[in-house]
Amino acid sequence: MSKLASSSKEMSAVSDTTAQGGHGPAARTSTFKKLLRDPQFVITASILVLVVLAGIFAGVLSHHGPNDAELSAINAPMGTDGHPLGGDESGRDIFSRLLHSINTAVISALIGAGVAVVVGVVAGLIGGYFGKVTRATTEWIFNLVMTFPGILVLIILMPVTGGDYRATMLVFGVLLSPGIFRIVRNLVLGVKNELYVDAARVSGLGDLRILARHVLFVIRGPIIIQTAFLCGSAIAVQSGLAFLGVGSLSTPSFGAMISSGFRNLYVVPTQFLWPSLSLGVMTACLVLMGNSLRDVLEGGQPRPLKMGAGQRSAQDAATSELAADESALLQVRNLGIAYAAAAGGANEVVRGVNLRVARGKVLGLVGESGSGKSQTAFATLGVLPNAALVTRGSILFDGRELLGLSDAQMRPLRGKEIAYIPQEPMSNLDPSYKVGSQLVEGTRKALGVSKAEAKQRVLALLDRVGIMDPQRTFDSYPHQISGGMAQRVLIAGAVASRPRLLIADEPTTALDVTVQAEILDLLRDLQEELGMAVLIVTHNFGVVADICDDIAVMNKGVIVEQGTAEQIFANPQDEYTKMLLGSILDEDKVREDPPVVAGAAGGAIEGGAA
Amino acid sequence: MSLLDVKDLRVEFPGRSFRAKPNEVLHGVNLHVGAGETLGLVGESGSGKTTIGRAVLGLVKPSGGTITFDDRNIVGLDKRARRELARDVQVVFQDPYTSLNPSMTVGDILAEPLIIQGVDAKQAGARVRTLLDQVGLPQDASQRLPREFSGGQRQRVAIARALAPKPRLIVCDEPVSALDLSTQQRVMELFIDIQRQTGVAYLFISHDLQVVRHISHRVSVLYWGDLVETGTAAQVTNDPRDPYTQRLLLAAPVADPARQRARREERRAFLAAQAG
Repeated sequence: MSKLASSSKEMSAVSDTTAQGGHGPAARTSTFKKLLRDPQFVITASILVLVVLAGIFAGVLSHHGPNDAELSAINAPMGTDGHPLGGDESGRDIFSRLLHSINTAVISALIGAGVAVVVGVVAGLIGGYFGKVTRATTEWIFNLVMTFPGILVLIILMPVTGGDYRATMLVFGVLLSPGIFRIVRNLVLGVKNELYVDAARVSGLGDLRILARHVLFVIRGPIIIQTAFLCGSAIAVQSGLAFLGVGSLSTPSFGAMISSGFRNLYVVPTQFLWPSLSLGVMTACLVLMGNSLRDVLEGGQPRPLKMGAGQRSAQDAATSELAADESALLQVRNLGIAYAAAAGGANEVVRGVNLRVARGKVLGLVGESGSGKSQTAFATLGVLPNAALVTRGSILFDGRELLGLSDAQMRPLRGKEIAYIPQEPMSNLDPSYKVGSQLVEGTRKALGVSKAEAKQRVLALLDRVGIMDPQRTFDSYPHQISGGMAQRVLIAGAVASRPRLLIADEPTTALDVTVQAEILDLLRDLQEELGMAVLIVTHNFGVVADICDDIAVMNKGVIVEQGTAEQIFANPQDEYTKMLLGSILDEDKVREDPPVVAGAAGGAIEGGAA
Repeated sequence: MSLLDVKDLRVEFPGRSFRAKPNEVLHGVNLHVGAGETLGLVGESGSGKTTIGRAVLGLVKPSGGTITFDDRNIVGLDKRARRELARDVQVVFQDPYTSLNPSMTVGDILAEPLIIQGVDAKQAGARVRTLLDQVGLPQDASQRLPREFSGGQRQRVAIARALAPKPRLIVCDEPVSALDLSTQQRVMELFIDIQRQTGVAYLFISHDLQVVRHISHRVSVLYWGDLVETGTAAQVTNDPRDPYTQRLLLAAPVADPARQRARREERRAFLAAQAG
């Protein structure tokens, strides 16, 4: 146990310092607290609470019943004794009717949205989670429901509902449910194949419990948001029907009040004003509250960053204390890259990096996740995401400063002088174009040759990168070729223009080990053949040992050590490098201790757990 | 007598289109895992290694063959029998980011497999504290959400969840491949420590021979749905007999420039000999 305890201390020490930026204590703030900090939510929710309370205490706030008619109060103006908002065409107290209409609206919202949510969520969970047949059946039913013309159906069904708005809202809820059903079904389809759902299945959890705890709980956000909108919708439809005069005339409702206000528009124009205002405020508050719920529940997720739209630099003149080294092909000096931090201010992920890639040599940039190695490579290519800011430093390519170049100035370099191979070959090929046409396009752009000549070159290159049947690969779509083949295609595209520098970002990480060996062989051969320099970003020391002349080790945005491969492997100077090299699993060690067979008697496993 | 016995396991997935021929991904696999033992299962993508693990866990239905645990058949169990088996057979998945429910606290994640087994809440709480200690996580972790932890720490949570019901077998599907080098080594030490303490057996699935060699007593190599070689870790990883295993071994780069140069030459010679 003592060994475990000590390793745990190490662990937490390491993880504390490597904690990833945005996931600090800020992420802990509960959703409710975040909502309370959103002024739009606080204002709209308070108004809604006040309105609902006014409806509940209607009997206290007004002594008149909603349908009590007084001859003296017919079209009474505002401020008449006992009738603060006056009376309507039948002598009923407008203020009292307004308060009771709130109750009608609230009940409509609860029934309409409630039914829609219950029907939609239950059907969505079932339709999304269980097999194909169930899904197809539920989809068919809800598609059918969606084709019904809502208001018309409600009017036609009046004899059935008996004009009671609650029954009408029940039916309307069913008509609204396909909206919820579709949202829930899509979310469930996304969640049900997550590994934590598999883990729950392995634990023997029943489907019902998995649906409740692991599926519904995860997708609750969008349902809550949609419910707010559905409430508004139910209130609007109930009022609309009442305005048309459909349903019981004795039910006080905004719609009925507006209708009566319309008839008296030239006599007492304010009669029309109050119910319209109340209805407008309620629905507007619901919609706005739904919007703030959406912002809080679904916000905070990183937006996809736009790449290559010209990276930003803090200063136009590059500065560095280090003298320019003419013999290097690429020299990165004192490079700093920062992102805006969640708490305001900047979070520097690359902090003064110095790198040197010699002509025709291979430099390995090694580091663990979050070390800033890919950011450094992206800065060299000029494709940092827009959120990034180059805070300082200089990147010299063949003596030319790259920082501060516009995207248009960078374009002739990128792809011709400096080529790039990504980690995920598949996501870097457009699935809707044939492999060949993508390569031809790139080659033509880089070299300015005719289409026929570009095709000749591409076929020759595909052959060169070890593709058995170049013509067939040329005519294939990306999904028809394997990952290793795709990486060969991208390498062919990258070296088509005979670049002087190739930047490879974890070029073999996504590949099988036998394919990785082939790709490394290919890269080595091409590098020698073309005499190009290579900057290879990787976390794999085996890859480094295989292909690199020089190594730079990066940790937390800083280069901790740079030297020749032999030097670093044989005699590392920096503590972090030593730790990394020490973590490599020893080639010659195999596990030798025999299996532990616990307690001969009974065979139950008790040790260590208690 | 072995703990887990897989005999002539076949799995096929339905073809892509209607009435297309089903696609068999395992063509009759035989393997067994003894109590307290680690069987390493090595293969590249498409070899079917993950499918074997999922079949043992009941997440994939075999089209042929038998899987027995403790001499009991465990293919096609109903929910209740599966729940009983969950006491003995657990899982750690590859991706520590999607294998933990993002909206549950670590404490709830760890308590769930216990509560489903009928352990009361108080006892489950005590067990959660022991588990956190066992995998080297701080006690206050139980009130926190998975997203507050790094990859290595999340994988520790996943290991703790697997250990919760004191299982006798854990299927580990690439449990360290998504981790950084230094984290990977510590998590592997944790796996070995736990095995020594509890005598749990591992079916350890990985594409990485290096990792498998360090944790396994025996190793099986899988190639396109067939086991091509099984033996002790030392035999398979030092003196492989099957040509595919040899190729796999020679393709793995050594973290030493001089030795890697030698291995590269050896690999080229081997491939030339195979082709010729």
